[in-house]
Amino acid sequence: MRPVTFTLNGAPRAAFAAEGQNLLDFLRRGVGDLSPKYGCGQGSCGACTVIVDGETRLACLMPAEDAAGRRVETAAGLDPQGRHPLQEAFMEHFAAQCGYCTPGMLMAARALLDRNPRPSRDEVIEAISGNLCRCTGYEPIIAAILSAAEARA
Amino acid sequence: MTVIETLPTLAEAARSGAPFFGGGTIWMRAVNAGEAPPRLVRTADPALRDIQGAGDAVRIGAGVTMAQILARGDLSFLHAPARAIGGPQVRNQATVGGNLFAPHPYGDFAVALIALGARAVLAGQGGARPVEEVVRDRARPPLVAALEVPRPRDARAFGWLKVSRVKPKGVSVLSIAVLAPREGGRLRGVRVAFGAMGPHPMRAAGAERALEGGALDAAAIARAAAQAAEGLDPPTDAIASAWYRRAVAGVHLRRLLEGMA
Repeated sequence: MRPVTFTLNGAPRAAFAAEGQNLLDFLRRGVGDLSPKYGCGQGSCGACTVIVDGETRLACLMPAEDAAGRRVETAAGLDPQGRHPLQEAFMEHFAAQCGYCTPGMLMAARALLDRNPRPSRDEVIEAISGNLCRCTGYEPIIAAILSAAEARA
Repeated sequence: MTVIETLPTLAEAARSGAPFFGGGTIWMRAVNAGEAPPRLVRTADPALRDIQGAGDAVRIGAGVTMAQILARGDLSFLHAPARAIGGPQVRNQATVGGNLFAPHPYGDFAVALIALGARAVLAGQGGARPVEEVVRDRARPPLVAALEVPRPRDARAFGWLKVSRVKPKGVSVLSIAVLAPREGGRLRGVRVAFGAMGPHPMRAAGAERALEGGALDAAAIARAAAQAAEGLDPPTDAIASAWYRRAVAGVHLRRLLEGMA
């Protein structure tokens, strides 16, 4: 076990990480943030997408100790009421059905809009290409992200 | 349980004899599944993430990520193969050095490096070895410190194609990289490399022979396409059978070459 001190959604946090523990397991079981989801544990599905120092990362493929001293952002930190403009747009456009991919999709979309506030449709598709959704067929998700970008502009 | 140990220098990591943990996109899968060796080593040595290159060649540290390459306007000749690796999250983590030894169906970036004639600088050793030789050591991969990548003199002389069923992110049916420099209308120093057409990325001797010394015309392209899979032994997996890969390798090579002609 080793202590990991980091920032989670703007608040300083510290917890112990086991040897070889990934950031996803650490956040869910060690810290209690259940918003990043465990899908595949292989980096294929994107359900565990979080933002680390401004970059999207797959929490399941990142050693927990690598979060030390860094800024980690998860879907739980988007808005205290769950009414972040992206979340509003996802509701408006029926961009979630089972909802399992949604936290990862939101973080991929958030990272995109932070560096590119007015993305093209192709840029949205590229930005969520690492995130699988088996319910929606992606079109409602793409529409939601484009509309959130428009609303913000 | 696996311990991921961070050593002060690359030389110490090389001496440890333990497998090297690069970006982690491949090793962490094994760690998560409880299938990784008890000890993996890595280093925080900043030299591993250096990119230097003003002249004819660029030196890329083995720990440079695909996203770092995509952020560099002066490396635009590497953007298409870098964008072919994983999704955006994977590209923020996956390294150039790790891609050399990524098992099938991964390793598409190494295909581009082979066609470009890149050489791998091994940790603790002088000189550099051709990437196509280094990638053969699958059982005990050598520790690579950096890659020396010659810039194509003419951007149009380098062609890249990844064929996948799922777009924009899907694993390879196969990938192809071609370097076809022209001197006075004739091709000199042609290099053709395939990914997912064997146990590791490799050159296609038949296609190179068909193109070398001639013009890039319809007849030469047809000959190269006919000999594309010569000597290659592609694998069968969930994406495609060996038979299918052999059958379509020439078709995709022809399409790529037609776009470069």
